[in-house]
Amino acid sequence: MSTSTTTEYQASTPTGKIANFMDTRAGLSPMVKEFGRKIFPDHWSFMFGEVALYTFVILLMSGTFLTLFFDPSMAHTTYEGSYKPLYGVEMSVAYASALDISFDIRGGLFMRQVHHWAALLFVAAMSVHMLRVFFTGAFRRPRELNWVVGCTLLILGLAAGFTGYSLPDEMLSGNGLRIIDGVVKAIPLIGTYISFFLFGGEFPGDDIIGRLYILHVLVVPALILLMIVIHLFMVVVHKHTQYPGPGRTENNVVGYPVGPVYAAKAGGFFFIVFGVVALLGGFFTINAIWNYGPYDPSPVQAGTQPDWYIGFVDGALRLMPGTLGDFSFKWDIPFPWGTNTLALGVLLPALVPAGILFAVMFGWPWIERWITKDNREHHILDRPRNAPTRTGVGVAGIIWYCVMWAAASSDLIATHFSVSLNDVTYWLRALFVFGPFIGFIITKRVCLALQRKDREIVLHGREAGVIEMTPEGEFRERHERLDDYRLYKLVSFENKKPIPAQPGRDGKIKASEKQRAKFNRWFYEERVAPVTREELAEAKTHDHSDVPSAVEGQDGQSSIGH
Amino acid sequence: MKALSQKRRHPIAGLALLLLGLLITGGLYSVASTMNQAQASNTGSSYSAEDITEGEKLFNANCATCHGVEAVGTENGPTLVGVGAASVNFQVGTGRMPMQMQGPQAQAKPNQFSDEQTAQLAAYVASLGAGPAIPEEQYLDTDHEDVDLGNGGTLFRVNCAMCHNAAAAGGALTRGKYAPPLAGVSEQHIYEAMITGPQNMPVFSDANIKPEDKRDIIAFLKQIESQGSPGGAALGSLGPVSEGLLVWTGGLAVLIGFMVWLTSRSS
Repeated sequence: MSTSTTTEYQASTPTGKIANFMDTRAGLSPMVKEFGRKIFPDHWSFMFGEVALYTFVILLMSGTFLTLFFDPSMAHTTYEGSYKPLYGVEMSVAYASALDISFDIRGGLFMRQVHHWAALLFVAAMSVHMLRVFFTGAFRRPRELNWVVGCTLLILGLAAGFTGYSLPDEMLSGNGLRIIDGVVKAIPLIGTYISFFLFGGEFPGDDIIGRLYILHVLVVPALILLMIVIHLFMVVVHKHTQYPGPGRTENNVVGYPVGPVYAAKAGGFFFIVFGVVALLGGFFTINAIWNYGPYDPSPVQAGTQPDWYIGFVDGALRLMPGTLGDFSFKWDIPFPWGTNTLALGVLLPALVPAGILFAVMFGWPWIERWITKDNREHHILDRPRNAPTRTGVGVAGIIWYCVMWAAASSDLIATHFSVSLNDVTYWLRALFVFGPFIGFIITKRVCLALQRKDREIVLHGREAGVIEMTPEGEFRERHERLDDYRLYKLVSFENKKPIPAQPGRDGKIKASEKQRAKFNRWFYEERVAPVTREELAEAKTHDHSDVPSAVEGQDGQSSIGH
Repeated sequence: MKALSQKRRHPIAGLALLLLGLLITGGLYSVASTMNQAQASNTGSSYSAEDITEGEKLFNANCATCHGVEAVGTENGPTLVGVGAASVNFQVGTGRMPMQMQGPQAQAKPNQFSDEQTAQLAAYVASLGAGPAIPEEQYLDTDHEDVDLGNGGTLFRVNCAMCHNAAAAGGALTRGKYAPPLAGVSEQHIYEAMITGPQNMPVFSDANIKPEDKRDIIAFLKQIESQGSPGGAALGSLGPVSEGLLVWTGGLAVLIGFMVWLTSRSS
């Protein structure tokens, strides 16, 4: 390698000198070489994760500002700040300091609003990012674990949001804590003890704000940061997925390198996100804590809701029926020894829907792998229409979630659309049960219809909007063939067929395998096959003929949508 | 033992004591409640006989269909004997009466009567039986030196916010009924609503909330109405629902626009 005669490299420009200094001390060039040439495919739907990351950075920055002035103490004080309608009101030090941040600290209200808007956006961006990953099948091998890390991040996001929402110790969030207290107390046998442990005695006690504070500013953000590091590390290890397209295979990634194009785009995007959040914080009130007043366990206010991401749990509680017509449910089941009851009226709505949603969410990669027996690596994404059953399941989940979410604002739906609150609840209860099924069926039909449309376009071309008249006087619309680039996207997907139950090693078919085969049939039985090379060649010879469109797959009965 | 106790106390002594207790409680209650009523009804009832006769004419022409002749009530409307002038002034003055249609709740609409006619109607109904009178000016003066905004806000949050919302933006009740938003309602009408309990609202008598405290509540409402929203657009003061709506539409949707722009190819 180098001999004593070679002189060390000397940079000629100031930038070069700094770069060389860093390189010779920290060995940056291999890192830049590795990461700078990392390829990321370009698609708008890949940027939701970035929004989540950037809003988290904004949260850290604005949150740090807030910690400089917030005092998480539940000691009693009398408000003597500059907000007149609360002057002389007794409250906790925490609430008073939150009011001081809002009214007496320069830029404090703006920072508080930026922090809160960023929090709402953080969870929203994570949710949509997860939906993108789900509907495109990006959770499949090798990315199952990263999916789990993502799910954990979502739950941590909810935890961060809820602990922060409760900190100002005003009436709105106090009511939220009261609900949490009720749910905790509904846990059989140990509920009361856990509640006393959490609140340091009977609710609300003098401890909870301080405890939530340390969770909110230290424990939860640290966990989120850890998970983000793992998440991004795995993205680098797995490489990014890409949508199907010409030249894109399971073994390559087509896109831009990080340096310089992608770094510039992503860096610029951070400032766009910051700008949008700053505009929201500057122009729109969020969490007007001065309206709600200090927390007092006795009153509840109209329009009391949690932040949007906890809404679905609140909605489930609101949907829980106490009576059905004249029939009164007896949800409280006494234990035989007589001192405790099983408070199902609280436990069922508070824990079961959220439990089901999260369990299916965490487990879906394994559920799908078990059903489909597909254990191959996937780096090319599915177009949602090409996985109709998965897409249907996803939409069913979204509808279920959204029904509960809407139920959390049932009172505002009633006042703003001039309908009866009771009717809103009845309709939402019906949708809670039937909505997911209706959504699944419709979505699957729409997916299959879109696939047929794709076939139609491939075989017959796009309607050009040009009507021609033949010399015989016949009218006919001209169809334009797609170019190969566009054609590729419409035909390059796998025609997955049901895998019947397989015998095990002993030659017998197990019951679980039969069940799997049943699910598998449900997954793949109805499908539309992609156009084959032969069909396309055949169709080209028929151009401008009057042959009725042969939309269905080539292997007859089994691939026709029923 | 038994003999001893029988000697000490007559068998019906307990009963007599109970009776005495009930009598005292009942007596005290009736005194207290008539005092309240007297306080309410003997203020500002300076209606002339002419007002009353004019009011009766207006009543028979516009109200008697539902409330009956001499306001004894029909199956379509309750009796108005004893509701007082304040009730009439509120219901007619906010346009709720005459009612546009039967429904879960009478809705506010443009006034149907002049101030003079409203006063005449109030005079007539007040003459039918004692009831809450039109409030005195001093209790409507929100600039009064004794006004305590903090006290008004606290009372509002404890007594009113569960239906009317913490920022008085209104809220839903059962089966199509609702508590209306309070912005733009006059001081007098707010006070009258508290003492008469229109629609589904409970009555907040002077024993419950003193007139001075009512004035504090009104002053608090006028303050939050006139001061504007310190944090920018209030989004209807509806709390997390409208905030959530904005973060999805004005936040994430806008960012999606930027994403599409950033990833579009220059062609």
